[in-house]
Amino acid sequence: MLANHARLMKFFLDSNEVVGRKKLQKMIYILKKCGIPFEEKYEFHFYGPYSEELTLRIEELCNLGFISEVKEDKSNYYQYRYQVTSQGEEFLDHSPVELPAMEERIAVMKEKSSRFLELVSTMLYFDNLSKVEVEEKVRTVKKKQNFTDQELVDAWDFIGCLTEKH
Amino acid sequence: MPYKDEQLSEEKVFKDPVHRYVHVKDQVIWDLVGAPEFQRLRRIKQLGTSYVTFHGAEHSRFNHSLGVYEIVRRILNNFDRKPNWNNEERLLCLCAALLHDLGHGPFSHSFEKVFKLDHEDFTRKIVLGDTHVNQILSRVSKDFPQKVADVINKTYEDKLVVSLISSQIDADRMDYLQRDAYFTGVSYGHFDMERILRVMRPMEDQVVIKETGMHAVEDYIMSRYQMYWQVYFHPVTRSAEVILSKILHRAKYLYDNNYQFSLKPAHFLSFFEGDVQLKDYLKLDEAVVLYYFQMWADEQDEILSDLCARFMNRHLFKYIEFNSNLQMKEWMELYSLFKEAGIDPEYYLVVDSSSDLPYDFYRPGEEEERLPIHLLMPTNEVKELSRQSDIVEAISGKKRTDHKLYFPIDFIEALPDGETKNKIIEILFA
Repeated sequence: MLANHARLMKFFLDSNEVVGRKKLQKMIYILKKCGIPFEEKYEFHFYGPYSEELTLRIEELCNLGFISEVKEDKSNYYQYRYQVTSQGEEFLDHSPVELPAMEERIAVMKEKSSRFLELVSTMLYFDNLSKVEVEEKVRTVKKKQNFTDQELVDAWDFIGCLTEKH
Repeated sequence: MPYKDEQLSEEKVFKDPVHRYVHVKDQVIWDLVGAPEFQRLRRIKQLGTSYVTFHGAEHSRFNHSLGVYEIVRRILNNFDRKPNWNNEERLLCLCAALLHDLGHGPFSHSFEKVFKLDHEDFTRKIVLGDTHVNQILSRVSKDFPQKVADVINKTYEDKLVVSLISSQIDADRMDYLQRDAYFTGVSYGHFDMERILRVMRPMEDQVVIKETGMHAVEDYIMSRYQMYWQVYFHPVTRSAEVILSKILHRAKYLYDNNYQFSLKPAHFLSFFEGDVQLKDYLKLDEAVVLYYFQMWADEQDEILSDLCARFMNRHLFKYIEFNSNLQMKEWMELYSLFKEAGIDPEYYLVVDSSSDLPYDFYRPGEEEERLPIHLLMPTNEVKELSRQSDIVEAISGKKRTDHKLYFPIDFIEALPDGETKNKIIEILFA
């Protein structure tokens, strides 16, 4: 019952807290690409892979009272902060979910900016292409973001490091 | 003359109830319409299970695909020689419009959920794989199939081209709203498309709307809102969808547990095994699926046969409003009671949620990432629609979610009188 909700709740529990909707979107996508069986469907959007289903499911989790969403005014934009509530913990007790370990990956992703995770998730979106083609594609579809060569190098390193972690 | 420029000696037209006529002059388009992978769309209904609620809703993805093509064709006629528009992209836009739904399978929504498939992957595979469609596109140029796939996948470099087929006011939505309204017979879904097409202007990254067309766009957004709640999320349609999904779950479960089907489910094997090849996918259409359901209605397995009989005979589950926040405990209790009563809750107690966001605009720092609709002001400034329109502002970013709990009322009524039955009824109808 509500298995997809339970998987996301496990993610929030392992994350302690997630700051930023964009970051949240990209983290789930990257974990999915690392083989964690999240079932939210992603499409390519303005800022890389994006899941409408995930947005709706997060809203449901908020409505259910399982996670709290705090809107923070950052002067020229709003930022959202997510945390598991006690009701959410109770739900997870009733709906145990088994997922491969993901704490280490979550920890390293949390340290990165949403811009960087946008780059990483976009590169992973094109993982059927060769390395050269991926970079070419990123520069084509992300023209306006102007990712630097160094950012691309860092992103490749990060992808390599993710595959070694849990 | 290169194939990309070849024109039919005489224009062909398809009579169409929504656009009156769909005009085809390009040889490439004509050849694509004739390709078996495109003809297959005739056998896939546009609205899946909606026909159980709206008996007119029997139109196919073939109709809709031609409609989207026709709208893009008309938009591009208006764009010709306008600034920011490169007419070299014309054929690419038309092909992407025509083929954008090519990978849809029968009852896509349920199939994708149950078998973890993605119709967009199959669209890509049909466009790029060993298919008639690919052969036709490859005759235009070697990289043309990839370009078509990129536009459909929204990863094409020219965002203006992408936005024609995929944005908040695109040809896809404009066709399906009108077509679905026509075939369901509802009075929503109508808006002045001709007016919108006349006021569309190409900009660097997207299509914008001349400010004078704002009210026509308001009408379009309201009709989208109404169509979602009146047609697409209709609770009876969702009941049929719930049963359909459960049939697929049950059939897969039985296959995984070595159940001996009276009729070998040959067309489903690769779906059950999680290794769906393109050739298998293309062979499965609604006629095939319904044939199996008809046959499975006579299977020995009681759950599979019951669910199939329900689906085929429109003997659907009843539903109640379900506030998942407040009623979580009741739901858990019901789950146990159903088990106690011998009604498997995995198949017969289902929460279904629907939600839609009628229009949203991008706000810095937020991540909805929907490309907003922009108005072109008389001063040549570009302004986001909801800043100008009170009506749109009122519904911007407003999500509405609806949860329903589905169950077979006939099973509950047939339970022997006693505490279990009383408790179930009390929770459901208190």
